[in-house]
Amino acid sequence: MKKIEAIIRHFKLDDVKKALNECGIKGMTVTEVRGFGRQKGHNETYRGAEYAVDFIPKIKIEVVVSNDQLKAVLGTICTSAKTGQVGDGKIFVSELSDVVRIRTGESGEQAI
Amino acid sequence: MNHVFRRLRRVLFLGLLLATPYSSQAADDKAPATAENKDAASASAPAPATDAKKDETPAPGKLPGYFDSSSEDPKKPDYPDATGAKAGTVATPSGISNSDGSPGGDLPSGMKATDLYDRIAHNLFSINVVWTLIAGFLVMFMQAGFAMVETGLCRAKNAGHTMTMNFLIYPLACIAFWAYGFGIGWGNWNNGPVAPGWVSTLGPGTAVLNSGVGIDAQKDDKGAPNGAYKYGLLGTKGFFLKDVDDVSVMALFFFMMVFMDTTATIPTGAMAERWAFKNFLIYGLWIALPYCIYANWVWGGGWLAQAGKNWNLGHGAVDFAGSGVVHAMGGIIGLVGAWVLGARIGKYKDGKPLPIPAHHLPMVIVGTFILAFGWFGFNPGSTLAGTDLRISTVVVNTMLAGVAGALTAMLTLYAKGLKPDPSMLCNGMLAGLVAITAPCAFVDSWAAVVIGGLAGVFVVFSVFFWEKIGIDDPVGAISVHGINGLWGVLAVGIFANGKYGAGWNGVVRDEWVKAAGSDGVRGILFGDASQLYAQALDCAVVTVFGVVMAYVWFKISNLITPIRVSKEVEIEGLDMPEVGAMGYPEFIVTSRN
Repeated sequence: MKKIEAIIRHFKLDDVKKALNECGIKGMTVTEVRGFGRQKGHNETYRGAEYAVDFIPKIKIEVVVSNDQLKAVLGTICTSAKTGQVGDGKIFVSELSDVVRIRTGESGEQAI
Repeated sequence: MNHVFRRLRRVLFLGLLLATPYSSQAADDKAPATAENKDAASASAPAPATDAKKDETPAPGKLPGYFDSSSEDPKKPDYPDATGAKAGTVATPSGISNSDGSPGGDLPSGMKATDLYDRIAHNLFSINVVWTLIAGFLVMFMQAGFAMVETGLCRAKNAGHTMTMNFLIYPLACIAFWAYGFGIGWGNWNNGPVAPGWVSTLGPGTAVLNSGVGIDAQKDDKGAPNGAYKYGLLGTKGFFLKDVDDVSVMALFFFMMVFMDTTATIPTGAMAERWAFKNFLIYGLWIALPYCIYANWVWGGGWLAQAGKNWNLGHGAVDFAGSGVVHAMGGIIGLVGAWVLGARIGKYKDGKPLPIPAHHLPMVIVGTFILAFGWFGFNPGSTLAGTDLRISTVVVNTMLAGVAGALTAMLTLYAKGLKPDPSMLCNGMLAGLVAITAPCAFVDSWAAVVIGGLAGVFVVFSVFFWEKIGIDDPVGAISVHGINGLWGVLAVGIFANGKYGAGWNGVVRDEWVKAAGSDGVRGILFGDASQLYAQALDCAVVTVFGVVMAYVWFKISNLITPIRVSKEVEIEGLDMPEVGAMGYPEFIVTSRN
C-alpha cells in the first residue's frame, strides 16, 4: 500500500477531487497548509515595517492506494492539478505498513 | 467681575429674547457687559422672586427662579431639582374638561404671556437636554467602535483579552467618574468664566455646581468669597453625585462621562497584547484622575479657560469637543504606557520593526464606521444645546475632516510608493475626526478639509516615526489621538474664523466688537495671534501634565501588580491566562511571532 501526499494549489482542489472520484478513489483527507518551494514570495510593507511574504497557502491531499493503483492515481493528480506555472505543487509517495478500518477492525488492503 | 456677569447673563439673554412683562428694564440691557457699563447694568438687575407662591405668576418685576437659579424660599432651595419641575412649566395641551366641567389643560384663552413664557422656557431646556442625551448615547456607542478597531488590529490569540479590556473600561471608568471624577472636574462648573448673557442650556439646576478650590478666591460685593477663583484648579462638589441630584446636572454628568470613557479606552489600544489584566483594572479606576483634573482646567472653569481673562491669551484655551481634553490626553497616556511596557515580543529584530498584521480587517473597518458615526454625537453634542443651530455646521465640519483624513492618508501612502493599507486609511479618517474635534464649531468648511487633510498626512508619518524609534503601538492610538489631538488644539488658534463663540470663556474685547461686531473665537489667520498662544499653552500643559501623571501612575501601579505579562503568557496569547476565555476557541490560533 502506498500513501500519496499531494501539495496542490487551492483552487485546484475541486478539479483534483473530481478526477480522483472518476478514477475510483473513494476517500481522501484534505488539510490547509502553507509552504514554498521554488515559487519565491515577495516583499510587502505593513504600517511602516517591511517583510517578506514567503509562505504561500496550499492544499495537501492525502490518499491511500494499493500498489497497482499508484501509477494511474499519480497521473490523474498531475493532469488535474497542473497549470504549467511555477507553484503547481509536489506529490510525495511513501510506503504504508498498515491501514485499519475503525468501525469493523479490518486491516490491510481491504480497509482502504 | 464674575458675580456681576453671573447675575447679568440670564437677565440680558432672556430679556433679549422676548419683551415680557417680567422686566421692563430687560429691553434696555442689550449691550454685552463690558467694563464700561457694568455698573449701570448691575444697578438695573432685578431681585430674584422670593415671596410669590409656586403656582402663581410672579408679580411684574420679579423673575421666575429659572432666570438665575434662585429659590422662592432660601430655606427650601429649589435647586438641585430632581424632577425638572423648576425648569419652567410643562405644556399640557388638552381639551379634556376638569371634574367641575370647566375646560382643562393649557387652553389658549386662559393663558397669560407669563404662562406662555414658562412653557417656552421649559421646551428650550427640554430640547437641549434631549439633544445632549442622545448625542451622549452615540458617544457611548463609540466604545463598540474602539473595541472593534483595537481587537481587529491585534492578533487572534489576544482577541478575548483585548475585547475584555475595551468592554470593562466602561464600567470601571464610569464608577470612578461617579465616585470622584465628576466632582473634581465639574464641581465648580457654575463659577467658571462665561460669555455675557450665558444661560445654562441644560437647565437652571447646574447652578448647584458651585464649590471648588483654586488660587486667589474671588469675593462678592460684601467681601465674602463667592466660590469663584481667579485660577480655578479643582471642583469639590458632586462626589457620588451627592447634593447635586438635579435633572440638568444628570444630563451634564452623563455627557461628560461618555467623553471620559473615550479617553479611558485609548491607551488600551497602544498597550494591547502585553498589558496584564489586573494592572489594567486599577488603571481603569485611576484614569478619571488625570482626565478630570485637566478637564476642570479647560472645561470646568479652571485656569486654562481663564487664561483669556487673566493673561489676555485670546479666549483662553478653547477646545470645543475635546481634541486636547479627550484625545491628546488619551494618546499621551497611551504613549507613556506603551513606552513603560516595552514593545511586544517579536516586534523588533535587530532594531528593525517587523509587522504584526491585523487579524480581522473587516472588524477594523466596521469599527471605524462606528466611531465616525459616534463622532456625530461627540462634536455637535458639545453645544449642550439642540437649540443652538450651529450644530449643523459642526456636523458638516466633522464629516469633511474625517473624509479628508482618509483620503490624504491614502495619497500619502501612494506618494511613498506603498499600497493603500486599509488600517492606515482608517487611522487617517480617525485622525481627521480627532483633529477637527477642537475647532469644529469655529472654522469654515475649507478649513475643516485642510485640518482633516493634514491630520491624514501627520498620522501616516507619525505611525512610521514611533515604530522606527522603538515605541510599539499596535493600533496607532498615539498617532491618531495624541499627535492629532495636539494638532486639533493648535488648529483652533490658526483657523477659527470669529463667527461663533462670542464672549467664550468670558472674554469680550472692545477692539474686536468694534472691528467685527462681536468677539468670537478667532485664530491667527483671522487676526488674533493671542488665541494661538493660548492653544500652544494648552498643548504644553496637556503634554507635560499627561506625561508626568501617566509615568508616575504606571510606575507605581507596576509595584502594586505587574504591568506586563510574562514572556510565556505573551507568546501563548493573553486570552486564556489573563481572562480565562479564548476569543476563538474553535480555531487553532497561533501567530508567527
